[in-house]
Amino acid sequence: MDPALPASKTKIVIDPVTRVEGHGKVTILLDEAKQVVQTRLHIVEFRGFERFIQGRPLWEVPVLVQRLCGICPVSHHLAAAKAMDRIVGGENLTPTASKMRRLMHYGQIFQSHALHFFHLCSPDLLFGFDADVRIRNVIGVAARYPELAVQGVMMRKFGQEIIKATAGKKIHGTGAIPGGVNKNLSIQERDGFLGDLDQMVTWARGAVGIARDYTVSNLQTLAPFGSFESSHMSLVRNDGAMDLYDGNLRAIDALGNKIFDQIPCQAYIDYLAEEVRPWSYMKFPFIKSLGPERGWYRVGPLARINTADFIDTPEAEAARREFMALSDGKPNNLTMAYHWARMIEGLHAIEKIRDLLHDPDLQGTDLVVKGERREEGVGIVEAPRGTLIHHYRVDEQDQVVMANLIVSTTHNNEPMNRAVQKVAKDYLSGVEITEGLLNRVEVAIRAYDPCLSCATHALGQMPLTVELLDHTGQVLDTKST
Amino acid sequence: MNERRETVLLLGYGNPGRLDDGLGAALAAQVELLALPGVTVQADYQLCLEDAEAAARHDVVIFADATTSGADPFSFLRVDAASSLGFSTHALQPEAVLGLAQQLFGARTDGYTLGIRGYAFNEYEESLTDQARANLAAAVAFIRRVCEHGSFRELAANGSAPGVGDPPEQQSYLRPRGEVEP
Repeated sequence: MDPALPASKTKIVIDPVTRVEGHGKVTILLDEAKQVVQTRLHIVEFRGFERFIQGRPLWEVPVLVQRLCGICPVSHHLAAAKAMDRIVGGENLTPTASKMRRLMHYGQIFQSHALHFFHLCSPDLLFGFDADVRIRNVIGVAARYPELAVQGVMMRKFGQEIIKATAGKKIHGTGAIPGGVNKNLSIQERDGFLGDLDQMVTWARGAVGIARDYTVSNLQTLAPFGSFESSHMSLVRNDGAMDLYDGNLRAIDALGNKIFDQIPCQAYIDYLAEEVRPWSYMKFPFIKSLGPERGWYRVGPLARINTADFIDTPEAEAARREFMALSDGKPNNLTMAYHWARMIEGLHAIEKIRDLLHDPDLQGTDLVVKGERREEGVGIVEAPRGTLIHHYRVDEQDQVVMANLIVSTTHNNEPMNRAVQKVAKDYLSGVEITEGLLNRVEVAIRAYDPCLSCATHALGQMPLTVELLDHTGQVLDTKST
Repeated sequence: MNERRETVLLLGYGNPGRLDDGLGAALAAQVELLALPGVTVQADYQLCLEDAEAAARHDVVIFADATTSGADPFSFLRVDAASSLGFSTHALQPEAVLGLAQQLFGARTDGYTLGIRGYAFNEYEESLTDQARANLAAAVAFIRRVCEHGSFRELAANGSAPGVGDPPEQQSYLRPRGEVEP
């Protein structure tokens, strides 16, 4: 038994949350009256990676860090490259380098959002939270909605091919190097993408429609589901536009008031801190001026739509306005609205890809710049799941002596815990973990699209086990999938 | 063997940054160097949606990954297409990739898992243990023998293929799905 628990408490354990990703565990603590008093989402994040980077030459780091994540290695690649740009004094990239990196990043956003929506989210939306889990999955979507499933596969493939063309290969790419890129986009590569572009835009537009219609038509159910008021944080451009690749930090409160704005990435550490809690491997970031209790915030698609003043592509901007109208122009705090926001970003990404593919700078040959060397650099991108911070210091031999990474899932640690608690309070009945409760806990976590894929994933390691423990630690109930 | 050589997609997956979890990717890298005719090689961190589309364009798909337990040096098992799933993550399981290839693209691709036994997974380091390296070599030799002298479909039908002899451990590599490995 957890020695911190009073003897009168009952602890329910959902372990691991494999339907989200990798290794996680949910514990729900009840009091004597069988009411939820505490929930905790435990995510087994391996913190050793930052030490692993130490001692490595700075040139290696943008390639090496891709080992962190099987889902968004490109985000780590670009965040590390941006940090190293600062260190080699090459942060003012050439137009070709800047646009190649942006193309890579929008390809990553497009494929990742398509993967999440069609693979993980659409089963919940199309079949309902209470549908049989044997149907409520991507195979079920393929059987019932094959055209939609094919769209998901082909959108993901398109984004992956963009990554391959810009990074050199689909995984472990080398395209971004400190101070620039190592390749441009050939005419042949460009024309290949242009051939599929209209179809991708059409499908992305359709996905926004599905997410919007679902949210609006189920608003009564979705509005309270795992929802709570929160602050939001993301990068924004100098003029307040959404910018997924570069910009300055902005944080707003639940009503839209600015907590800080236009904070240069290099100064993030003056505004954000991380709290360690004994029960979790994952840290809890917070806004320093508000403290750990009030300073937590959300990142990712919902936060980005809320923080941005506008989106600089026409169709996504029209979709953003429609989205914001739902909350009368104030920040939207609905957890389930993440899905709609995510699809707006998917549409934005493909609009950006379209613009870039028509830009002749992508065929330029001026690829790398260098300047005055520094010993420290911070690189921040808006990864698919939210703000991703890479911070490095190097010594005179260009070897990394300090690395600090704050990944999107870590920023969303407290919000995911709160979402689980809200769902548990609303749906737990008695001391039994019903399939309905389990489904809803997963749906709430899945809205954030957490990614734990830095954990190993060898064959056969994907059981879902649910345990119910009494106050003595005795297992009362176990469920597995 | 059929006159037309069967087309094979070898999908090696895992995280090379987590010691023996990199066995699948290492296998892909080594088989790619062999440039075996009719064999397409891909490496990735994990299986994903678009692998179904790639699988559908081949006669045979081999899913190569590390295993944390089971047979040394490797197991080679037939995989059936899934008609349903009990869970979902960003990563797909081989059965799901085959199921999607079948449902979405009308494919009749045969699937096999090549599970190479690994021993160390819980540190960040890009290297394989010595025993994992030995198992990898055995797996590469197996793939080479089948591709050069036989066919995976013949192996499935007959339990053996020309040129595919029992390895020193006298282990039969083809087992029905679900059968316990030695």
